[in-house]
Amino acid sequence: MIEEQILETGKDTREMTINMGPQHPSTHGVLRLELVLDGEMVKQCRPNIGYLHRCFEKYAESVEDYAKVIPYTDRMDYVSAMNQEHGYVIALERLLEVEVPERVEYMRVIVAELQRIASHLLGIGTFGLDLGAFTPFLYCFTEREKILSIFEKATGARLLYNYMAVGGLMRDIPKDFKSDTAEFVKTFRPKIKELNDLLSYNKIFIDRTAHIGILPKEVALNYAASGPVLRGSGVEWDLRKNDPYSIYDRFDFEIPVGKGEVGTLGDCWDRYIVRVREMEQSLRIIEQALDGMPEEGDVKEGIPKRIRPKEGEIYTRTETPRGELGYYIISDKGASPYRVKARAPSFVHLSMLPAISKGALIADMVAIVGSIDIVLGEVDR
Amino acid sequence: MFETIGNIMAPLTAIIIHAAIPLTIILVYALVAIWGERKIAGFIQDRLGPMRVGGFHGWAQSIADLLKLIQKEDIIPTDASRFLFKFAPFMMFAASYAAFAVIPFSSDYIGSNINVGVFYLLAVTSILTLSVIMAGWASNNKWSLLGGMRSAAQMVSYEVPTIATVLTVIVVAGSLNLMTVTEMQSGNDILGFLPNWFIFQNPFLIVAFIIFFISILAESHRVPFDLPESESELVGGYQTEYSGMRWAMFMLAEYADMLLLSLLGATLFFGGWNSPFGEFMAGPFWGFFWFMLKGLLLVFVMMWIRWTLPRYRVDQLMHICWSILIPLSFVNLILVALWEMIF
Repeated sequence: MIEEQILETGKDTREMTINMGPQHPSTHGVLRLELVLDGEMVKQCRPNIGYLHRCFEKYAESVEDYAKVIPYTDRMDYVSAMNQEHGYVIALERLLEVEVPERVEYMRVIVAELQRIASHLLGIGTFGLDLGAFTPFLYCFTEREKILSIFEKATGARLLYNYMAVGGLMRDIPKDFKSDTAEFVKTFRPKIKELNDLLSYNKIFIDRTAHIGILPKEVALNYAASGPVLRGSGVEWDLRKNDPYSIYDRFDFEIPVGKGEVGTLGDCWDRYIVRVREMEQSLRIIEQALDGMPEEGDVKEGIPKRIRPKEGEIYTRTETPRGELGYYIISDKGASPYRVKARAPSFVHLSMLPAISKGALIADMVAIVGSIDIVLGEVDR
Repeated sequence: MFETIGNIMAPLTAIIIHAAIPLTIILVYALVAIWGERKIAGFIQDRLGPMRVGGFHGWAQSIADLLKLIQKEDIIPTDASRFLFKFAPFMMFAASYAAFAVIPFSSDYIGSNINVGVFYLLAVTSILTLSVIMAGWASNNKWSLLGGMRSAAQMVSYEVPTIATVLTVIVVAGSLNLMTVTEMQSGNDILGFLPNWFIFQNPFLIVAFIIFFISILAESHRVPFDLPESESELVGGYQTEYSGMRWAMFMLAEYADMLLLSLLGATLFFGGWNSPFGEFMAGPFWGFFWFMLKGLLLVFVMMWIRWTLPRYRVDQLMHICWSILIPLSFVNLILVALWEMIF
């Protein structure tokens, strides 16, 4: 067939199918993209997942206790473990109708927002790395390390914390937690400016990311995108404001949205800059939470001895660094959940990759995959 | 009988010695530069870089790396074109090494003082392109093939602005011999104190140098133009399948190429082995010192750029070359020629 075509036209115009991943450095570990290439242009892109699959949902149904699911949620999105835990414990608390002490709520907000900054730093850093900028990646990592050190003091772990409990926290805060966090907030502000100088407004970086991988507002909404990917397309939608959970309605912060400043609305640069600006907003929330946090109070008093929800079901959604994380839990009065389903934002965002990558170059593919900031642990669950 | 042997031996010895000097310089430089690059990267990235091997700031790191690379398994992909695959790294290094023959290291030392030095250098370095395509094609890997094809496009394109800017210097100097070009830049007459380097002689030559520097970044595949390898897109491009010493040969060639083109820049624009202070610290030895210093400073700037900037996309790279640098360099060539006519 191909030989006939060559004989007829005198040209060999076969398309090349190439595997980007799973060992490719820019597919973040375990994503495989099947690219159909015409020269360097991507004609078709088929995301292929499942290389990291470890049955989170099935595990959740077979553990002995609702609380024992919490460490597994950490492992889903290992870059923003605190936010995953937060989502899960909120779901259970609503199912059980447990009251959460004031101090615990403040603590949770602080760690969740710190985790959001840490996660965005990793996303931004690896995004730069995908485009060949090595130095911003290490700068971001230096800052992320500071957050991890704060977490290490509080929880004993650097990546997978198992910190939140239903109705409370596993441990009370260490004595210098507040001063460490305040110090971090103070030193981190100038670093954002540095990052903007070095990367965000760099001519080459803008050339590589503006007008690339454009995700129009309608497409984003049709695919049910959320988080920075949706906000990059100019939709002002943040669950912390639009469907407040925990105590987020008490804080004063803005929702940064993409405006197409240097390119088209919804391009890779917009998604990137939304993350940078969200870090600034998270700093504001942390500051307010540090001020408002009650000095006294036991963080463990609200934890129920035995978690046995009555028969029923619940769906809750929270805003993680990557977008809307939903937990759907069905209880049959048993010791372990009858069914747990997680609605992971990365999975949704990955599914729209074929739609936004048509006609891109290989180098653009790297930029697009980097800009939607997927974590494969969450995609494969 | 002995006379005949003597007649053969004497030039042979001379050839071997002349061949050994640049090789020693390249190898010593490569060891220092690899360590230096990592230290510079460390400094820019707010960390220490290598610290372990050999006491003071890990100075023996590149030697340790070398020993490690020698021990590594030599892997050749099953369906690779074996001869081309093995040959490509050596050819790449040979191309940049051969070009050192016409580099005037000092007022007393040049490998081969030929009249078409610049021409020879540019001709020989263009073999680099061939070896990259060879490596990319022979690897039997789609990513390598893409890297090879990219490099063909990139290096052939960037040769045009490089040659156009070299031509501007040739127009001013009136000679293709690099020794003559250097000798013409001796003395400190400009504004009474500046050295007679070509970069100071004519405002358009500053533009020429900037174009030249951007082009040599692309010629030696350094960031922001390191597209042939571009590890985060093409997994390493043409060198994906190479391991151990074969890979090290590519790296050595890259570093040799950086030095070569920087030294060419120093010769053409910064007075080669001439001292910046007139007669002060002049002479053959100091000449070598100044020459290497100028070359290494340009290498340093290349490293500095590498650890600061992201990478361009392949079509943007072509756009920069064909729509900006080439027209600009030719207009600049005409302006330099006019300046030379008027003044």
